[in-house]
Amino acid sequence: MTAVTDAAAPAETAAETAAERRERVKRERYYSASQWTLIWWRFRRHRAAIVAGAILALMIVLGLFAEFFAPYGTSERNRAYLSGPPQAPMFCDDNGCSWRPFVHGTRTERDPVTLRSRAVPDPETRNYVALFVPGEPARLLGAIPIQTRLFGLQNGERLHLWGTDAQGRDVFSRTLYATRTSLTIGVAGVLISFVLALAIGGVAGYAGGWIDSAIQRVTEVVRVIPVIPLYMGLAAAMPKEWSSTQVYFAMTLILGLFGWPTLARRIRSQLLSIRDEDYVLAARLAGARPARIITAHMLPSFTSFIIVDLVISFPYMILAETALSFIGLGLRPPAVSWGVMLQQAQSIAAIEQAPWLFIPAGFVVLAVLAFTVLGDGLRDAADPYSEAR
Amino acid sequence: MARFLIERGFGMILTLFLVSIMVFFIMELPPGDYAERYAFRKYSGTGVTMTEADVQAIRAQLGLDAPAPVRYLDWIGGIVTRGDFGPAYAFDTSVNNIIGDKVWLTLGLLFATLIITYAVSIPVGIYAAVRRGSAADYGLTVFSYLGLALPNFLLALVLLYFANRWFGASVGGLFSADYAEAPWSAGKFWDLVKHLWLPALVLAWSALAYQIQTVRATMSDEIGKLSVTAARARGVPEARLLIKYPARLAINPVVSTIGFDVNRIFSELPIVAAVLGLTELGDLLLKSYLDLDMNVAGAILLMLTVVIVVMNFVSDLLLAWLDPRIRLGG
Repeated sequence: MTAVTDAAAPAETAAETAAERRERVKRERYYSASQWTLIWWRFRRHRAAIVAGAILALMIVLGLFAEFFAPYGTSERNRAYLSGPPQAPMFCDDNGCSWRPFVHGTRTERDPVTLRSRAVPDPETRNYVALFVPGEPARLLGAIPIQTRLFGLQNGERLHLWGTDAQGRDVFSRTLYATRTSLTIGVAGVLISFVLALAIGGVAGYAGGWIDSAIQRVTEVVRVIPVIPLYMGLAAAMPKEWSSTQVYFAMTLILGLFGWPTLARRIRSQLLSIRDEDYVLAARLAGARPARIITAHMLPSFTSFIIVDLVISFPYMILAETALSFIGLGLRPPAVSWGVMLQQAQSIAAIEQAPWLFIPAGFVVLAVLAFTVLGDGLRDAADPYSEAR
Repeated sequence: MARFLIERGFGMILTLFLVSIMVFFIMELPPGDYAERYAFRKYSGTGVTMTEADVQAIRAQLGLDAPAPVRYLDWIGGIVTRGDFGPAYAFDTSVNNIIGDKVWLTLGLLFATLIITYAVSIPVGIYAAVRRGSAADYGLTVFSYLGLALPNFLLALVLLYFANRWFGASVGGLFSADYAEAPWSAGKFWDLVKHLWLPALVLAWSALAYQIQTVRATMSDEIGKLSVTAARARGVPEARLLIKYPARLAINPVVSTIGFDVNRIFSELPIVAAVLGLTELGDLLLKSYLDLDMNVAGAILLMLTVVIVVMNFVSDLLLAWLDPRIRLGG
C-alpha cells in the first residue's frame, strides 16, 4: 500500500488521466470492500489452495452422485474376474487401431505355480467402452431413480478401471461410494464437535472465573487421553449386533464427541480477549442475554478463524475414521469407507499380489493434503494483516 | 520455583484423578459385564448350562454387584495402594501378569521415537530457517505436508514391504524368533535395538514433520531480531551466534509440546503395532478391545495417559529451566 489516505480520494481534478482514474477506482473498491470480499480476494491469489478446493469439490461431486459415476454397486460381484488387475481403456493393440476406446475381454486360466484360477486378458476379443450405458436400477441422492451409468461396456461385459478385489467387486465403484461415506463422516464429525466447542468454549470464555477453570480442567482431561485409543474404546463398546447404519451414526457421534477440545480452547481464548470490549458491555447493558451476546456480537469478530479451524480439523476426522475402520473397530461391511476398503490391503502379500487395492489410500492422502492446503490458504486469506489484496 | 512445582504437581494429580474416572467410564461402556463375559468364556461349548442365577453368583463372588462408585474405589484403590490392576478374564490371569515387561518395551519404543524426532527435527528445522527459500527448504515443506497426509499405518506397510525385500524376512516385530521368548540378555537387547528403528521411524514420522515446521517458523522469526544483528555486528562467528541466540528460543515450542508428541505417538501406537506385529502395549490394547477385556484395556489406557501427563509435567519443568521468563513469571 502507498501512503494515500481516504482524504486524498475525492481529489478529482480535470488533470486526472485514465490510468490514474483506474487506479483510484481500484483503491476505492478496496477500501469499501466487505471483510468477506477482502478474504475472497486474498484467497484467490493462493493458487495451491484453489487447486485443493477444486480437488475437494470434485471428490464431493463424485461421492454425492456415486450412483451415476460408479458403473457398479458396492456389492455387485464379477465372479469371472476375481482379484483382477486394472483394465486401462486403449485405442490400439496388436490387431490394429480403433477410433473407440476398448478393453480386452478376459478368460480364466489356472496359474501354473499356485494352481489358483485367475483372470487373464484375452487379446482376441475387444469390448468397447461406451457412455451412458444401462446398469442396475439405483436411486440418485436416495430419491431419484436412475438406471443409466456414466460409462461402462456394452453387451453386459464389465469394465474394471481399477481392478477388482478378492470377491470380484469393482474397486473403482467402491472407491467412489467410500468417498461419500468417508467425507460425510468427516463433515458430520466436524459439525458435532463444532457445536460442542461453541457451547463449551463459549460458556468458558464468556463466564470466566471458576466456571472457566473447571471447564479448562475437563478439557485438559479429554485432551490428555490419546485420541485413537479413546476412540477405540468407545468403538469397541458398540454392540456387535448393530447394523452398519447404526454403527455409521455411532462413529460420527464418537468422532464428534471428542473432537472439540482444540476448537473450544480457541473460541474460549478469543472470547476472553474481547469480553471486556465496550460494545460487549453495551450489549449487556441493553439487556441482551449471554447466548445472544456471544453469537450475535462476539462470534462474528472471529468467524473467519473458526472456519479455518474447522477446515483444518477435517483431516484428523478422516484419518481417525480410516484408522479405526482399518483395524476393524470402525465401520463394518457392507458399509464401504476408505478404511474398510484398506482392510483388504493389510499385508505384504496384498502389496505384492494386488497393489490396486491400495488406490483408496491415494484418496485418503489426496483428501487430507487438499484439506490441509485449503486450510492454509484460508488462514492466510482470513488474516487481515497479511499483505496481499 | 517451589511454588511453581507444587502448583503443577497438584494440577497433575487432579488431572490424573479425573482421567481415572473417565477410563473407568469407558471400561463400563460395553454392554454386559465382566461376570457375563467370564461365564461365557469359561463355559461356552462345555455343555454346562449357565442360568442367570449362576452369573449372579459369579458377580457376587467377584464383587461386581456393588454400585459403580464402590467398584471404582475398589479398582483405583488396588492400583494406587498395591499396583494391582485386577483380573483379566480373557486370558484367565491377572492384568499385571499379562502386561508384565511390555510396559518397558513400550517406554523403550517411546523414547527411541522421541530421540529420533528431536535429533532430526531441531537441526533440520534450524537449517531450513537459515536457508529459507532454498530447494532444501521447499523439499522439507512438501515433506511436512506428507507427514500429516500419509497415514502412518500405510507408511508402515510400505516400509515393511521394502525392508522385507532388502533385509530379509525378520523385519517386523520387536524381536527375532530366537530371542522372543528368551530371558533378557545383552544379545536380546541388541536384537531389540536392531528391530526398534523401523517402528520408531514410523511413529516419529508425523511428529517429525510437525516439529520441523515449528522449529523453522520460530527460528525464522528469531533470526530477524535485533539481538542477532547486534551479535553479528560484534563479530560473533555465525555458527555460535545461531546457537546462542535464535536456536535457544526456537526449541522452546518443541519442548512445550513434548507431552503433545507423546500423546500423538501413543495415539498411533495400536495401529502401527497391528501392522508391524509389535508385541507391546498398543498391540495388547487393540487385542483386549477386540476381546472386550476391559480390565486390560482400562489398565493400558490409564498407563499411557499417566505417561502423557508425566511427560507434560516434565516438559513444563524443562521449559521453566530453559526459559527464565516462564520461571519468574510463574
